Amino acid sequence: MTSGTPVPDDTAAATAATVVLGEQDVARALTRIAHEILERNKGGDDLVVLGIPTRGVPLAHRLAARLAAVEPGLVAEDLVGSLDVTMYRDDLAQHPTRSIGATTVPGGGIDGKVVVLVDDVLYSGRTIRAALDALNDLGRPRAVQLAALVDRGHRELPIRADFVGKNLPTSTAERVRVLLAETDGRTEVVIESGTDGGAR
Amino acid sequence: MRHLLSTTDLDRAAAIRVLDTAAQMAATQGRQIKKLPTLRGRTVVNLFFEDSTRTRISFETAAKRLSADVINFSAKGSSVSKGESLKDTALTLQAMGADAIVIRHQASGAPHTLAHAGWTEAAVVNAGDGMHQHPTQALLDAFTIRRHLTGGPGNPDGVGNDLAGLHVAVVGDVLHSRVARSNVDLLHTLGARVTLVAPPTLLPVGVGPWPAEVSYRLDDVLAQGPDAVMMLRVQRERMSTAGGGFFPSPLEYTRLYGLDARRLATLPDHSIVLHPGPMNRGLEISADAADSPRAVIVEQVANGVAVRMAVLYLLLAGDGDTAGTAPATGAVPALTSASSSGSTPATTAAPTTTAGATA
Repeated sequence: MTSGTPVPDDTAAATAATVVLGEQDVARALTRIAHEILERNKGGDDLVVLGIPTRGVPLAHRLAARLAAVEPGLVAEDLVGSLDVTMYRDDLAQHPTRSIGATTVPGGGIDGKVVVLVDDVLYSGRTIRAALDALNDLGRPRAVQLAALVDRGHRELPIRADFVGKNLPTSTAERVRVLLAETDGRTEVVIESGTDGGAR
Repeated sequence: MRHLLSTTDLDRAAAIRVLDTAAQMAATQGRQIKKLPTLRGRTVVNLFFEDSTRTRISFETAAKRLSADVINFSAKGSSVSKGESLKDTALTLQAMGADAIVIRHQASGAPHTLAHAGWTEAAVVNAGDGMHQHPTQALLDAFTIRRHLTGGPGNPDGVGNDLAGLHVAVVGDVLHSRVARSNVDLLHTLGARVTLVAPPTLLPVGVGPWPAEVSYRLDDVLAQGPDAVMMLRVQRERMSTAGGGFFPSPLEYTRLYGLDARRLATLPDHSIVLHPGPMNRGLEISADAADSPRAVIVEQVANGVAVRMAVLYLLLAGDGDTAGTAPATGAVPALTSASSSGSTPATTAAPTTTAGATA
């Protein structure tokens, strides 16, 4: 029923799905973002990379590994952590109870550091607002920057990404899914049409 | 989860979910800023018909750390002492907009009545009812045991684990203990083997079908090398009615069932000692045992806050449970425009189906 690239997955069969980024595309985007982060911050001093669960955490680890590969003196494990934002969300009462993810911060803390938040899809911006609140309770970073693998638009808050893997203009009826080898067995970015027969 | 009335309501997955949530809550309690905004605007009432210090303070701390408003209500000094019934008290609290009621009552089953009589929409948490159940105490005990005995490097809290293969001895006044009842159910659900140790007079009639072994001899059970030993408080305030004839003398009880330095030394190196508090030092537990490094009694109190935060979070944060009390103002826009207040989902879905000009 679709002319898009078929996804070899039974769950995706019911809705039309298009693969917009493959494994190599994701890898290239992360490498570019790593260079942009180092360029923007004139090196890797005081960098902390925090992934937002679920998909942001493996992305943050991949990004930290690239940062360490590019910049001498950086150690990936000392850069990377995770930041759970569940308890800071503004939509808790609109959904079934969410499970709480882990928050881990590198040993040096975040005070005076440059924190790069990493998320898979930037959409309404509400997750990032919650993340900023969560950061506030953890310490006082010198600066906060945002890296997103996909920016799909439809912002509901004045929030903008500093580093974007790919801008994907979408409709709100569509669904953007980032699959990562660490959590899903394969790495790709997929657009699914939310309502039947939407995708071209 | 709509209410938390008994540990028998929790299956294995639900119990592990509470413990895992508690682990994340505990992690936030090590920070400089311990307060989370999660339950802002919700009201938690502590309705205590029986004396309590640590449970009430623990629930109050947990609710405040999640930014809920807390109203403390104790029977002394309230209209209950003028003869007000549980029903009228519940109706009053409902009229004041309580989202959760934490109740401790001297009558077994009072929380169940409160939850199911239709007097209130609030989520009900049993904080101890008579000689029946005390589920949050059992959860914090299980959390403490899991952390110490299944946690390892990389997973210090044992997140995701159950208690399979562990042996827990529950020693003392099982008859009067709601803590023991809740623990037997929960520890069994989580896969642990439980042995109750008490003099025959302090075991309930009908203990046979409980999912636990029973022994009258503490030394025999300690010789089996239990992974955790939970000492129960001798509840002398509940023994006065029967003339106190449950054991001949406190000294004899201490000799036969008290945990002292000698018995402590017979335990395996990894074993831990728990006590729900308040302790009768010198009766069921000696000062040596209570203050030894393997006693995790103070840590149980800290874990109690995390576990109660988890319970309040799971009961109050989502939508399904609290539909009747969720703010219906529409002031908070939903994440997706499709489900925002008032509008039907069809209006947002319809005009966008052809807009897929991507890639």
